[in-house]
Amino acid sequence: MELVCPAGNLPSLKAAVDNGADAVYIGFRDDTNARHFAGLNFGEKQIREGLKYARDRKVKVFVAVNTYAQPSGWSRWTAAVDRAADLAVDALILADMGVLDYAAERHPNLNLHLSVQGSATNPAAIGFMHRHFGIRRVVVPRVLSLAQVANLIENVEVPVEIFGFGSLCVMVEGRCLLSSYASGQSPNTYGACSPAAHVEWRDTPQGQETRLGGVLIERRGHGEPAGYPTLCKGRFSVEGEIRHAIEEPTSLNTLDILPGILAAGVSAIKLEGRQRSTRYVSQVTGVWREAIDACKRNPQAFRAKESWHQTLAQVSEGAQTTIGPYHRPWH
Amino acid sequence: MTMDSTQSQSPRPRLSLGPILYHWPREQVLDFYAEMLETPVDVIYLGETVCSKRRLLRPEDYWELAERVAAAGKQAVISTLALIESDGELKTLKRICADERFLVEANDLGALDFLEGRPFVAGHSINLYNQRTLAFLVARGLKRWVLPVELGRETAADLLAARADGVECELFAFGRLPLAYSARCFTAYNRDLPKDDCRFCCADYPDGLLVATQDGEPFLALNGIQTQSAGTHNLLPSLQEVTRMGVDLLRISPQSQNTAGIIDVFAACLTGDMDLATGMSKLRDWTPSGLCDGYWTGQAGIANSPMERRL
Repeated sequence: MELVCPAGNLPSLKAAVDNGADAVYIGFRDDTNARHFAGLNFGEKQIREGLKYARDRKVKVFVAVNTYAQPSGWSRWTAAVDRAADLAVDALILADMGVLDYAAERHPNLNLHLSVQGSATNPAAIGFMHRHFGIRRVVVPRVLSLAQVANLIENVEVPVEIFGFGSLCVMVEGRCLLSSYASGQSPNTYGACSPAAHVEWRDTPQGQETRLGGVLIERRGHGEPAGYPTLCKGRFSVEGEIRHAIEEPTSLNTLDILPGILAAGVSAIKLEGRQRSTRYVSQVTGVWREAIDACKRNPQAFRAKESWHQTLAQVSEGAQTTIGPYHRPWH
Repeated sequence: MTMDSTQSQSPRPRLSLGPILYHWPREQVLDFYAEMLETPVDVIYLGETVCSKRRLLRPEDYWELAERVAAAGKQAVISTLALIESDGELKTLKRICADERFLVEANDLGALDFLEGRPFVAGHSINLYNQRTLAFLVARGLKRWVLPVELGRETAADLLAARADGVECELFAFGRLPLAYSARCFTAYNRDLPKDDCRFCCADYPDGLLVATQDGEPFLALNGIQTQSAGTHNLLPSLQEVTRMGVDLLRISPQSQNTAGIIDVFAACLTGDMDLATGMSKLRDWTPSGLCDGYWTGQAGIANSPMERRL
């Protein structure tokens, strides 16, 4: 089981490599990837240096080109695919069927992964993508229970990668338009959810307010900690009650079910967080490396160490973590 | 925008009725379709697209309804579940796709696997964002696609220009926008019920459960595992533009009240028998939380376009 770690810049890539990643995933500096944030991602020089650093240490580098191209921007996506092919990256992570079709035709030897943004949640969907584009891995959306993941693995030819840790998307990735409904920009069209340029913070007599595209997505008491301004984790009014109508500000952590993940035959575990700090990447990569190695050595005896949980809790979004959809009662 | 001679000859878009997105009682569904057969829609989409636990109508019931739709001189299309996770859901999907009497609308990638090689419709939750995806799916049998709801007129125009002959473009023209899908049932979640014991509480909200912001603005509507906009997306203000562009079909998404009246407004505005301002005033009276159309003009979906604000 491969450990796939995030890197939003060169220091993070090195941190992931140094702390035990089997593969690092990165993006270019534009809207062709789903972490299109200011100051993040890789230019030509950083990529070449990063590739060399990783390869010298036998770590793979994957490039995500996992947003959806519209006709007016099409050439940016094909250019990104060509660039990744020229760099001979270890895998290209794609979501858009048109971009997959282009990549499969133009670069038949390129190793293609279907991104989580590709929204394939069942054997028929994965079979379709495999038949037409020859995908060699699928990253499944965070909607399946662990039992469903295990069942999926039995029924597809394509190795399955799942998200193990990090910010939790509550919706099927690639099929959530909440961000563009409020702000005009979504992960699909722009490469970011709740983009920073549309977020406003205001101190009012009623409390501290967070707005996205002018829509009030959270109002909290003075002194309450501010979470990430993601609209699905805000509090709203439902039948007269103010509550987290969609999800609480919690993040995903599957350490406790690692033996089950291993037994299910999961090929790779991905850690979320290309937008996070180098310190985050170092710490979560280190913990997960240690955990996976311990679990592989003796799955029966595996118990997540308290120190691992403490380290992860320090860098988690929100104060709480959840096993999320892998655990049926979450649904 | 100038109109050249070919564009000015574009036929008027036809009207379609989308699948019912909510959990209505069986009798209400049957009465609804009896009424819809009398309306000027040309195409009726039938089937459960949101939750596989909703079984008040089975595929057999929808096929029977489809026969009636066809007998009334309209096209029946069987629509399918938008999120396929379980074996049971996949089996049902396969069974629906195997029936070749009616055109089928794919809403999950899995349906494409079963429909490949015969004519099908790609629904708005299939991510068809560019000309290469369109051409790829046309080669697999796509005859019509519904533009993903977050895309606007610029991309619609580019795709219309790139489409092969005989391929139809449909727009989600009226209704609360389906914005997201999840493993979680948000209706049950907000009633503090587990999904596995949901007690079909979504039936209590025939147009979705309203989520308002803390300052009281309607924002979203929860419909089981689907999250919708609270605002009703409405392309009536852009009727002339979509006609000029050559859009083939405009979809009206069913709501629990006044759907027939809404269809009549669109039909009368298309023929010129009703002016847009009159139509808009009727639609404003008939929607639960106001109108929006920002996606069409490249703004936030919740926004109102300049055309909308003028009316």
